[in-house]
Amino acid sequence: MSSVSAGASRSTLQRFLGGYGQEIVVLLSIVALFIVVGFVNPRFLSDTNINSIFAGNAYIAIAAIGMSMIIIAGHIDVSVGAMIGVIATIAGTLAVAGYPVWIAWSVPILFSIVVSAGTGALVAYTRIPSIVVTLGMLSILKGGLISATDGAWISNMPPEFMIAQMRPFGIPSAVYFMVALTILAALFMRYTDFGRAIYAVGGNMEAARAAGINPERSVIGVFALHGLFTGVAGILFATQLQVIQSTVPPNLELTVITASVIGGVSILGGTGTVIGSTLAAILFACIGSALIFLNVSAYWLRAVLGLLILATVLADMARRRRAQ
Amino acid sequence: MTASKLLRHETILAVLTIIALAVLASLSDKFFTAENLLNQGRLMSEVGLVALAMTFVIVTGGIDLSVGSILGLTAILLGVFWKNLGLPLPLAIAGALACGTFAGWVNGFIITRFSVPPLIATLATLALYRGLAEGISEARSVRGYPEWFYVFGQGEILGVPFQLWILGIATVVSAVILGLTPFGRATYAIGANETAARFSGIRVHATKLWIYTAAGFVSALAAVIFVSRVTTTRSDMGTGLELDVITGVVLGGTSIFGGRGTIIGTVLGLILIQALKNGLALSGVKGDGTIVVIGLVLIGAILIGAMFDKNRGG
Repeated sequence: MSSVSAGASRSTLQRFLGGYGQEIVVLLSIVALFIVVGFVNPRFLSDTNINSIFAGNAYIAIAAIGMSMIIIAGHIDVSVGAMIGVIATIAGTLAVAGYPVWIAWSVPILFSIVVSAGTGALVAYTRIPSIVVTLGMLSILKGGLISATDGAWISNMPPEFMIAQMRPFGIPSAVYFMVALTILAALFMRYTDFGRAIYAVGGNMEAARAAGINPERSVIGVFALHGLFTGVAGILFATQLQVIQSTVPPNLELTVITASVIGGVSILGGTGTVIGSTLAAILFACIGSALIFLNVSAYWLRAVLGLLILATVLADMARRRRAQ
Repeated sequence: MTASKLLRHETILAVLTIIALAVLASLSDKFFTAENLLNQGRLMSEVGLVALAMTFVIVTGGIDLSVGSILGLTAILLGVFWKNLGLPLPLAIAGALACGTFAGWVNGFIITRFSVPPLIATLATLALYRGLAEGISEARSVRGYPEWFYVFGQGEILGVPFQLWILGIATVVSAVILGLTPFGRATYAIGANETAARFSGIRVHATKLWIYTAAGFVSALAAVIFVSRVTTTRSDMGTGLELDVITGVVLGGTSIFGGRGTIIGTVLGLILIQALKNGLALSGVKGDGTIVVIGLVLIGAILIGAMFDKNRGG
């Protein structure tokens, strides 16, 4: 970002805004969307709808936090959707089998962290591109899941297991998770040595090594963290409905990657923030819901969403070109 | 770069493929029959056609995630042009092919004109094209094509499936273009170092535009074959095709960073995947268990390649 060098002549506020350009664009889009759609159809602003937008998509935002870290470190994970399907199935199976809920929640999350760290180790030490390794993981997880379950649905889970449906103080718990994890991750990325090492490794691996960072260990660490976020996302996904379909949610990895990228994480690594990806995930959820309230045929939802993604990307490229 | 170095991954892959074929043949006597092998060739034609163009795309250092969506969109347009607009079927096919090709050109245009990274550009068009297919079709399928149309997907010439001829011709053509022509050398040069390629007078943007347009065309061609093979048109056709295609290309030794890869490698990669899918299914492994094996083979093959050549990847 060129704003760093020009920072001296600008006010603190300007510098702050400059560093978060993409995030602010996404945030303003969300606000504009609420105002316009709420004006056309006030029911869009009802508690029920806003709750369902935020709670129903929190797991995507949380997965996008981990994905953003991965992309900032210069890597990618196309197996995240399959992993969420696997986590949900393990959690549901354990819960139905009568294990205490804390086991049903924590075992799949641990599984996700271990597998993801293993993927990270493979990427870090063999130098095989992460897209290739995670493409392989996608096949392994997806195939393993379907052969293990035959696509049987899981239902009759105990009510105390359904964490995503709990509503402390009237707000869905998924929203608490989304907000808390976004803030924690943002602070972590900005103020800890490890967080800054992730940016350094993504920006230039050899320079990071010269600066005393162990790039291999950082990559494994960031994959393990990503596994943690994916795990939490998987548990929320598993508990938001009364059944778990024990299949891989179609195109989920693309939704998560898109949220990260639109939120301002450069696919080339080294820049971006996790706040942006959460905002982008919310924006998509709002757009999807808004189109329904504006009476756009459900069949055209994805086309409109695709067009908006394209417009956002082009606007972002134009903004970056101006900034240079 | 010497020929022996270029062929190293392909050699490993060829050996792997032969071992796999031998093992699979010993596991089931239905596997190594002409009938079964030709039928498998039929099934891999659609992925194979797209993989040929994807090899060029990845050799330039790019990627095209929208191929499956282009396939779906073309299939829907074919049905709509013919059934809803009442065009004669040959004209409907030509129109659908033109639209698919145009969709590929749009990818190339966004990537070259606005310098959007290919991963992001085609991520957006993946959603857009699939969305158009869903919107236009409104979840209705089109059936009842005339008998002659099924030749593309179900016919035979000299006992070999029709689409295998197309795949064979396309393979030879793309191997010649990538291996022996200035266009092919430009493709490698762009993938190795785009800036250097530009300063050497290579028309980087024009080359990329051609390649993404070609990817659109073969995806559209695959759509026509697909519709003809399964005799119906649905908007979810080709979902996930991009990952199958990329798996084949990468297994074939094409570096995801660009600058390295061959058509021979891609074809070997495709054959290995298809043989594993079919052979394991015949030997009693459940359908989805084979996907696990393919994932393991993908990682394993790249790992072996990396051990033989410490300089690759990275």
